[in-house]
Amino acid sequence: MDFHQLWTILSTPDNVPIVLLLFVVPFYTWYALRQSFANDRLIAELEANPEMAKTHHRKVQPYKPGWAKEVHVWPYLLRIEFLAAIIVTVILMVWSITLNAPLEEPSNPTLTMNPSKAPWYFLGLQEMLVYFDPWMAGVVMPSLIIIGLMAIPFIDANPLGNGYYTFRQRKYSILTFIFGFIVLWVSMIVIGTLIRGPGWMWFWPGTTWDHNRLIFEVNRDLPDIFGITARVGKIIFGAIVVLLYCVAAAIGVHKLLTRTSFNRKILARMSVLQYVTMQVFLVIMLALPVKIMVRLLFRIKYIWVTPWFNI
Amino acid sequence: MPESNGHDAKPVSTGGTNGTPGNGNGNGHGSKVATVVAGAKQVQARAVEEIKETIKAPEKTDVWKSILRVKHDETPRSRALGVLSNVFLHLHPAKINRDAVAYKYTWGMGGMTFYVYITLVFTGTLLMFYYHPSKVVAFRDILYLESDVPFGKLLRNMHRWGAHLMVIMVELHMFRVFLTGSYKKPREFNWVVGVLLLVLTLLLSFTGYLLPDDQLGFWAVTVGTNMARATPLLGHAGPFGPQLGMTAFNDVRFGLLGGSIVDSNALLRAYIWHCVAIPIIASLFMIVHFWRVRKDGGISGPAPVVLESEIKEPRKV
Ligand code: HEM
Repeated sequence: MDFHQLWTILSTPDNVPIVLLLFVVPFYTWYALRQSFANDRLIAELEANPEMAKTHHRKVQPYKPGWAKEVHVWPYLLRIEFLAAIIVTVILMVWSITLNAPLEEPSNPTLTMNPSKAPWYFLGLQEMLVYFDPWMAGVVMPSLIIIGLMAIPFIDANPLGNGYYTFRQRKYSILTFIFGFIVLWVSMIVIGTLIRGPGWMWFWPGTTWDHNRLIFEVNRDLPDIFGITARVGKIIFGAIVVLLYCVAAAIGVHKLLTRTSFNRKILARMSVLQYVTMQVFLVIMLALPVKIMVRLLFRIKYIWVTPWFNI
Repeated sequence: MPESNGHDAKPVSTGGTNGTPGNGNGNGHGSKVATVVAGAKQVQARAVEEIKETIKAPEKTDVWKSILRVKHDETPRSRALGVLSNVFLHLHPAKINRDAVAYKYTWGMGGMTFYVYITLVFTGTLLMFYYHPSKVVAFRDILYLESDVPFGKLLRNMHRWGAHLMVIMVELHMFRVFLTGSYKKPREFNWVVGVLLLVLTLLLSFTGYLLPDDQLGFWAVTVGTNMARATPLLGHAGPFGPQLGMTAFNDVRFGLLGGSIVDSNALLRAYIWHCVAIPIIASLFMIVHFWRVRKDGGISGPAPVVLESEIKEPRKV
């Protein structure tokens, strides 16, 4: 155990936000899910008891019949806002007094930093560089993330869970979002910050960053394993494999989406366009862990090799 | 004094003439001084009176009324008006859902993101007084800020950590909005505006990273913009880029950096994007964002739960 190395990584000023993320993301996930489960219990109770559903105020918040539905913004909201502003200011002040912003040597194009890392919020994308070419990790994926996020409201046909925390009524969409946000975004940032060392190699927390470490990985392309050497053969073979993956993934997603009767009901409300868009994004999103697995388990670098691009 | 109701100064002169006839005997000089003194005393007394009144009830003065426009007393009506007739507060409705003020629904994340943004604009403007966006000088300016400018170090730290905090808060805000299903009808468009704000926040942070012109920023931006040369079609190392005639001197990366390497042009471009262009665009989108929160009927909840058995049939197209 090299505690010194561990401390050096954790206490690097620019890594402090990641240490913060390690605490706040799980905290707010728990905080949201706790409220979701409380609402889910109420929903189950009301579903079981239609009489109660007619009269109940339908919130877990405390309620008395005579209470006004609304309160004045001043003072009830503004005092919270002012208080929040003060607290945030104090936190920021204390943080800024105790910890100095990093400043390295003046920039020097002839002296490469090792590891040279993007700012932490882009480390997920930099991590993807291990598994994908730059045009995928650096351009296509961010674009797809942005477009995919924007598409969410237009492909989610489930009318339930609008304006309250719930898990049971939106299981699939919540799990998908948590998968994307926590597994693919936040945890990749954590890996990129705390685990990736010189040469972008994997160093478990507590091991020493060895600048001379070399790893000899023999990464092969899928067509080579099958003994396909001709250029055209590789193009066609890769296209077929990718197509097969897409079809298999789409069928898998469809199977998953039609498992419960509730989901089938929601699916019936979707237009063809909505369904196809959703499938496209889900299939692409699933391709990330699949490619990562293929790389880690079988040491396969590219699946589809062409003279213009490789996937 | 019967005429002392207004803030008018005219009656003072008549007070002065009143005093004259009383002093017949002595030389004219002395009596004149006495009248002036008496008049001045009266004026002083009135001034004191007026100041006392103003201090006792400042809300009755014309200056006060001109600024605040409405009465602020302890009635529900003027409480509402206090919010509605204030430029900064009228973003809010007069009243809101009683459960929505509880922290646990929104976590206050959107509001705190906005507050941190304001802090960043403030500290950033102060930093601009000490920063020149050109090679060599830029790095020295940071050293100067850290060692010689009063509170310069605190200023820089607050700007740096504020930026990190804002990124974390935007992401958590998005997480909250998703988990409460607040992007659903009628708030679809505001979610889209939000996604743009997320992108703009990341871009703000990224363009700022280069400005100290140190190794950290230089290599981070080099790594980041190297991706741009792999842009399909538009980058010289991207799929189909070379086929379309892209070289290191005419592709998107060249456009972003103002050159083929991260150098003084890149620094200037990052500076302008960071300090002028993106803040303006982001502020515009924030205005739209807040406006839409109001127009979409305020915060989405906490709304009464809806049961599965109550789903309405979708409208046929
Ligand atoms: C600079 C960034 C942003 C700022 C300053 C901001 C600010 C706010 C504020 C103050 C609210 C009121 C409710 C609350 O505090 O939670 C709000 C609501 C909302 N925001 Fe944002 N936001 C930002 C980014 C985003 C992002 C990234 C998204 C989503 C992708 C988003 C989507 C929404 C939606 C849909 C609402 C309405 C929520 C509801 O009614 O419950 N915003 N935003």
